[in-house]
Amino acid sequence: MIIATQKDLAEIKHMIAPYKKVLIVGCGMCMTFCSAGGPDEVARLAENLATDREGLTVEKGMIPRQCSDKFIDRLEEKIQDYEAILSMACGNGVQAVARRFPDKRVLPALNTQFIGIEQEPGVWTEMCMACGDCILGRTAGVCPVTRCAKGLLNGPCGGSQEGKCEVSKDRPCAWQEIYHGLKRLGLLDYLRGETQIKGWAVHPGRVIREELKAKEG
Amino acid sequence: MSFRQALESDKFLVTAEIGPGKGTDTGVLLEDASILKDRVDAINVTDMQSSVMRLGSLAVCHLLTDMGIDPVLQVTCRDRNRLALQADLLSAWVLGIRNVLALTGDHPTLGDHPQAKPVFDLDSVSLLEVIGKLNGGADMVGNELKGATDFLPGAVVNPGADTEAALDLQIIKMEKKMEAGARFFQTQAIYDLDLFAKFMRRVEGYKTKILGGVILLKSAGMARFMNKNVAGVFVPEYLIKEMTETKDKAKTSIEIAARLVKGMKDLCQGVHIMAIGWEKRVPHVLDEAEL
Ligand code: SF4
Ligand code: SF4
Repeated sequence: MIIATQKDLAEIKHMIAPYKKVLIVGCGMCMTFCSAGGPDEVARLAENLATDREGLTVEKGMIPRQCSDKFIDRLEEKIQDYEAILSMACGNGVQAVARRFPDKRVLPALNTQFIGIEQEPGVWTEMCMACGDCILGRTAGVCPVTRCAKGLLNGPCGGSQEGKCEVSKDRPCAWQEIYHGLKRLGLLDYLRGETQIKGWAVHPGRVIREELKAKEG
Repeated sequence: MSFRQALESDKFLVTAEIGPGKGTDTGVLLEDASILKDRVDAINVTDMQSSVMRLGSLAVCHLLTDMGIDPVLQVTCRDRNRLALQADLLSAWVLGIRNVLALTGDHPTLGDHPQAKPVFDLDSVSLLEVIGKLNGGADMVGNELKGATDFLPGAVVNPGADTEAALDLQIIKMEKKMEAGARFFQTQAIYDLDLFAKFMRRVEGYKTKILGGVILLKSAGMARFMNKNVAGVFVPEYLIKEMTETKDKAKTSIEIAARLVKGMKDLCQGVHIMAIGWEKRVPHVLDEAEL
């Protein structure tokens, strides 16, 4: 899922300072699961902002997903009463809402961090950069593009210490994890062979599937 | 004799290293280089070592060639993408630089510009492959070059990797570097010759030259610092004791280094001395090691 964290309250207050009527909208997918923009967080933020200054009206809203017009449409009516929408979605959701309502002020309440997992309660780790050319099959399910601090593809740098990455002692060296994974599977030979060089996709990315386009039309 | 000729002979190789400083003052740096000049086969010039912004390796290597010294251009993948790396390599060639050491490079977070965007578009293995392609007269995507390079490519290996996994990985990667064209290896600093001998047995028969790394120990504190903070460097307790108890740190430091150099004569094909500021003492080490 996509992991995000809430912005500083001060920053949020600064963003909404020009507005009197603000609608906070949470997202029922990733943001709920990573406890950044679900119903609980929407309620808490609303509470924190409500008492902030006189004349400010804060209302709560929630849709199952902010990255799909199908659900964003549900905001259509409600939104008319508000000057600004404070979106508790990931950056994708914020943009989807902003695109759908170009005449409204749409503001991000969260800082979108990465695609990752909850490793243990309160700890999230980035797992994938959506690089478009997945190599997990060669690396025992550990992504060096993302989890090696240098994104190395042909084995580790010389910087690991006691299995930890050179950038931080509390971060495992991805290459040691790959090594252990491949060894367990009897596939250490995967580390040898052709030199890997990454091709970088053009951003912004775009996927076009003609067969689906045709169906729609 | 050029470094390449020395490498192709049976000579026990000696290389040293200088690190450009922060700024345009090259006085001490070039003075150190001239002290080393007649005692070593080549001098490495580091590429913003420890990710600290400094005077560039390419320019300094060029100054060394003007002094009649054969430099080894250290190139890291930290700061340049594949376009810039290739351009810099071509530039190095036209400036008379003939040897390249391909390195991944430290992460920028370890240096003095921790917010810098790390590049790592290539890594040490793919960089070696690219050097091979430039030598063959084409860029990395196969476009023909008007005028090729003929670099002598080298790489590094860390024989002291601290876990079994890390050491296996070092050796697998060393093999990949050889396949990618590395003709010589300089190692991380070695203080324990038994450990190094063990490593050398593991890579026995590899068709490459290995230059054992020697860092001059300046103090016991430095040894402890390296044990704690430098990956793959292990200074045994008896050496730390020697440095603690001595009345003449410089003398003892030279003795220890000379002992290590002597020990390596039977183990590998050369030494790579990293004096980190004590370049003036390198000739004493070599005298004492009878080189
Ligand atoms: S290689 Fe890594 S970054 Fe690329 S798609 Fe696979 S998991 Fe994601
Ligand atoms: S220590 Fe491991 S994870 Fe960290 S940069 Fe080096 S190879 Fe990558």
